[in-house]
Amino acid sequence: MHLESKDLLGLEGMSENELTYILDSAKSMKEYLNQGVKKMPQLQGKSIITLFYENSTRTKMSFDLAGKYLGASMSGISASSSSIQKGETLLDTGKTLEAMGVDIVIMRHPMSGAPNLLARNISAGVINAGDGMHEHPTQGLLDMYTMQEKLGRIKGLKVAIIGDIMHSRVARSNLFGLMTMGAEVRLCAPMTLMPVEIEKTGAIVTTDIREAVKDADVVMGLRLQLERQKSGLLPSIREYNNLFGVSKEIMKLAKKDALIMHPGPVNRGVEMNTDIIDHSRSVINEQVTNGVAIRMALLYLMTRRKSDDIN
Amino acid sequence: MILIKSGKVVGLEGTKTTDILIKKGKIERIADNIKADGAKVIEAEGLTVIPGMIDMHCHLREPGQEYKEDILSGSKAAVKGGFTSIVCMPNTTPVIDNSSLVSFIKRKADEVNLVKIYPTGAITMGLEGKSLSEMGEMKEAGAIAFSDDGKPVSDGKIMRNALNYAKTIDTLLTLHCEDLEIKADGVMNEGYYSTILGLRGISRAAEETMISRDIALAESLDTKIHIAHVSTKGAFEIIRQAKKRGVQVTCETMPHYFSADDSWVKGYDANTKVAPPLRTSDDVKATIEAIKDGTVDAIATDHAPHHEDEKNVEYDIAAFGISGFESALSLMVTNLLSNGVSLEKIAELTSINPAKILGIECDGISVGSVADITIFDEDEEYVFRKEDMVSKGKNSPFIGKTLKGKVKYTIVDGEIKYEV
Repeated sequence: MHLESKDLLGLEGMSENELTYILDSAKSMKEYLNQGVKKMPQLQGKSIITLFYENSTRTKMSFDLAGKYLGASMSGISASSSSIQKGETLLDTGKTLEAMGVDIVIMRHPMSGAPNLLARNISAGVINAGDGMHEHPTQGLLDMYTMQEKLGRIKGLKVAIIGDIMHSRVARSNLFGLMTMGAEVRLCAPMTLMPVEIEKTGAIVTTDIREAVKDADVVMGLRLQLERQKSGLLPSIREYNNLFGVSKEIMKLAKKDALIMHPGPVNRGVEMNTDIIDHSRSVINEQVTNGVAIRMALLYLMTRRKSDDIN
Repeated sequence: MILIKSGKVVGLEGTKTTDILIKKGKIERIADNIKADGAKVIEAEGLTVIPGMIDMHCHLREPGQEYKEDILSGSKAAVKGGFTSIVCMPNTTPVIDNSSLVSFIKRKADEVNLVKIYPTGAITMGLEGKSLSEMGEMKEAGAIAFSDDGKPVSDGKIMRNALNYAKTIDTLLTLHCEDLEIKADGVMNEGYYSTILGLRGISRAAEETMISRDIALAESLDTKIHIAHVSTKGAFEIIRQAKKRGVQVTCETMPHYFSADDSWVKGYDANTKVAPPLRTSDDVKATIEAIKDGTVDAIATDHAPHHEDEKNVEYDIAAFGISGFESALSLMVTNLLSNGVSLEKIAELTSINPAKILGIECDGISVGSVADITIFDEDEEYVFRKEDMVSKGKNSPFIGKTLKGKVKYTIVDGEIKYEV
């Protein structure tokens, strides 16, 4: 099997087969990692660039390590230290990278759809590492991987995603991926942070956190940018935590072995309380480990596809 | 002399196949089997002949933004699209907010001499929405109407004064209705697709609240207004109700509002970015309904050419607007004729009504009237291609689409200004 597209721009529209294929491939990568194997030859001779227009610690590091473990040559550009600062357009930057012979561009950008624009203008593969409020497909994949690993399945799981759905690319990628894989997705937020008509995706939409969490297999919190309160979407952070914060009390409504997840970084005491973050059912740190495995699998599959095409 | 032979002529009293003789810029005769020695003959058998189309809303970008379009390139695109008269908006650089700039546009239009160009003056100085421009002097210099198009007049008191003043000098205000606070930093219609694409939505309420305000102002002052680029089901309903009450309100819509919906934004092609935004498929249906029941008075293009560098960028920062002259009539044929809108209705919306609203002389295709005529092939299907566009702005979401209905001749004041 091969990936359909030269790019990974989002989980929306990907088939169940393709998602399963990536998740399965990540499993073998994780086994290597568990065995302490951190030098492999699969991507030798491949050139990969991380192009980050937004700050990021974990996603960028995770891609960097994934590429290095597989033997690729990794370079990085960030918006603050490049000609982007001199006003170079995204397409010009992309064309420059292409001229240097890069195989894959891993890109983060504050505007939705920016990776789509780049992808249709260069021949290198483009991986979306988060674009605006659109998608963060590798986060969605690693979250699904974590659920599958911990709970043994994705189909039929009840997954509650709670927080700023409106501005969250993590929520969208999880939603699209999980729906395709047959999970039940419940979205919970105040209406000011809930995008319109999202129920048309098949998700269950509620403003009541109790209803969202009841009998859930997974409870996922989302980071709340504190400026949302300043822009008038919320009366106060205190009220937000009271109504939408995931607490020990709230978790009692979920299934006994329910997972607690968060894409990080967490605002302690805002969307999640400390007693929950460090709870034994919290898999927040394992999400990070799985992120490396998922990204290794993707880089491998994307470069393999390319060389296969040439052969 | 021009003799149009055996065309399907859309006249005031219905449509029939006949000949038209044009002499000295006027329609001399309409009859079967006209013989005229020395006349240039247009063999129009199988072609449709309508009164010259009047586009009451376009942007020519001159002065100041000639890299997007200028009066010459815009005129070429207009006649290629079948337009014999166009009304250009004042949001140029500098803004057309004084009589010398109005005269400048008129002079340039005369030099180019392709399509009749009627300038619109700004309602407020610099389109800033703060102080009224000298509408009286501009009217005298040839401004046909006034608009701050591109922006609303946000301050209700200024808008009220502007309407009252326009009444004083008996002129028309064309209003761009959009509440900027509600619109915020939205880039596409708020709905399922904005949610899926993670793009900031523009609520229909941004358009509808401002239309409601302006109708209330016009009603209370007992004066006329024209609402530009109406795009939502709710907005049409507000206007429909106002008309029933006898408010002097007219409105226009654009071909893209009955030809495309917000699902077209998928893929983030910024050629779909326009203000007001492409709405839902429901709104597309409502637009066609409003065209049929007379709520819509005119179809205009809002031709808004932009440079490729302003469109081939991230959706959020791309410019708003569609280059509309060259696809307009084809979209009407493709999406209105097939949906039960008659040729007579299309002539009314593109010529008779705009002329009436603007006070331009136009008696349709009748003996003695000015020979402004558009001739097109209703049945010809073709692929609308970027390479064929003559406007400098190639920003059209219809590029690559198969359209039906192609302009063959555009005749202005009895002269052929465009032929295929």
